[in-house]
Amino acid sequence: MNQTPKIQLRGVAKAFGRKVVLDGVDLDVGVGESVVIIGGSGTGKSVTLKCILGLLSPDKGSVKVDGEEVVGMGSSSRERVNRKFGMLFQGAALFDSLPVWENVSFGLLAEKRCNRSQAKDIAIEKLAMVGMDAAVADLMPAELSGGMQKRVGLARAIAADPEIIFFDEPTTGLDPIMADVINDLIVKVTREVGATALSITHDMASARKIANRIAMLYQGKIIWQGPVADIDKADNPYVDQFIHGRAEGPIKMAVRA
Amino acid sequence: MNPLQPIGRVFLKFLATAGRLLTFTGSGLSHTVRAPFYPRIIGRQMIDIGYYSLPVVGLTAVFAGMVLALQSYTGFARFSAEGAIANVVVLSITRELGPVLAGLMVAGRIGASLAAEIGTMRVTEQIDALTTLSTNPMKYLVAPRLIAGVLMFPILVLVADVIGVFGGYLVAVYKLGFNAANYLQNTWDFLTAEDVNSGLVKAAVFGFIVSLMGCYHGYNSKGGAQGVGTATTNAVVSASILILCFDYILTEMFFTKH
Ligand SMILES: Nc1ncnc2c1ncn2[C@@H]1O[C@H](COP(=O)(O)OP(=O)(O)OP(=O)(O)O)[C@@H](O)[C@H]1O
Ligand SMILES: [Mg+2]
Repeated sequence: MNQTPKIQLRGVAKAFGRKVVLDGVDLDVGVGESVVIIGGSGTGKSVTLKCILGLLSPDKGSVKVDGEEVVGMGSSSRERVNRKFGMLFQGAALFDSLPVWENVSFGLLAEKRCNRSQAKDIAIEKLAMVGMDAAVADLMPAELSGGMQKRVGLARAIAADPEIIFFDEPTTGLDPIMADVINDLIVKVTREVGATALSITHDMASARKIANRIAMLYQGKIIWQGPVADIDKADNPYVDQFIHGRAEGPIKMAVRA
Repeated sequence: MNPLQPIGRVFLKFLATAGRLLTFTGSGLSHTVRAPFYPRIIGRQMIDIGYYSLPVVGLTAVFAGMVLALQSYTGFARFSAEGAIANVVVLSITRELGPVLAGLMVAGRIGASLAAEIGTMRVTEQIDALTTLSTNPMKYLVAPRLIAGVLMFPILVLVADVIGVFGGYLVAVYKLGFNAANYLQNTWDFLTAEDVNSGLVKAAVFGFIVSLMGCYHGYNSKGGAQGVGTATTNAVVSASILILCFDYILTEMFFTKH
């Protein structure tokens, strides 16, 4: 690939107090590519996404978006770059003071790309894409189940047709059928609309379906990455243990019996 | 161990906090004057801060006025009490008790609710979500609340002034048996624009302090429900202390120059 990658991370490090979470992450995401990050709970996958978005500032390293360095960027340039992004948060992070439709079309309204009545129509359309009917649009987020909130969060992330979309565990908390609907949707926005996607998931079936490439994060570093097809012959004991979900192996969980 | 070490550490921590607060204030203020503005949110906050605080402020003011009249009667009974009581009530209410009592009561009500609301948004990542949706959280959350605080507090205090003076009137006329017309005349004679104005300026400053403390502590809260609880307490305590502190500073500015 001699094209500039959409997102490029080099030596990104982040610690909270003494706890080192990221310790030199290198990762490239090409234009229109869909990369999935896998890794154990608490290894810093969400932190990685937040470092790219500037919600957390890395202690060291470089993050480039479209070839432009964003670490240490001033707030107005940062706002401009962030317009390229859409993000589904792990906990949905819906605005609980606004009805569902205003949540979904929040970004569009903020950028003044439509008026309020158009915004509602667009919201209903996006909600339909995540399998929710128009009656939901007027409910408040607190009236929804966890899985429904997640899907509203997803609709919100894609509503403004961003160039780059981050999905933090898009299928967690959904039933298997709805999870597959969401997988198809992610595939659709990346393959058809041409968006670049960086997703986090623990669901290997989902990862195999939505990813072009998979990267595994372990102890603050990307220890393996490669095309989806290669993951079963990765010949890496950590990856092997993770994708087969075995308690025995080189990855030790801090559990005492 | 060097005994000065802990003192130095506390001092450094204090400086760091003061710096953070100043940066936050500067950023919040700069966003109040730069577009985009959020009139819808400013309006809702004005109703929340102003309209819904009326009962609390009204009750506080009426009892403050009543007790002032009663207390000053005990003190002034030997002299010509009628004029003195009207004077004490109207001066104390407009200069001091109106702004300070209303400020403290509303600090409890609004400081706490702002800190809890914004703090919850912080710990549930809603503030992060704003950033990813082309919205600056300082502009969307903090600036409208600062504006609403500064605009609504003077109105609340004006209401408190009127109700407080009315409380004094009730006690003076119905309990102490003064002549109603004389009492009102005395009140009117002693009332000066400067007293009322100084109270309103104080009110605007207190409104800013309450909104700022609520937003600041909420915005910087961390660690779930407990963190939000701490933020709420800190917002109310710091707003109350700052109100009393700035009350002194402003009083000195207004009334010692001649
Ligand atoms: N704001 C923060 N302050 C302190 N520590 C944090 C903060 N955010 C994350 N951490 C720590 O960083 C580590 C990685 O967190 P992160 O949320 O990235 O995990 P994750 O890989 O997304 O896990 P999961 O799969 O469970 O979501 C955790 O151990 C967490 O305790
Ligand atoms: Mg996570």
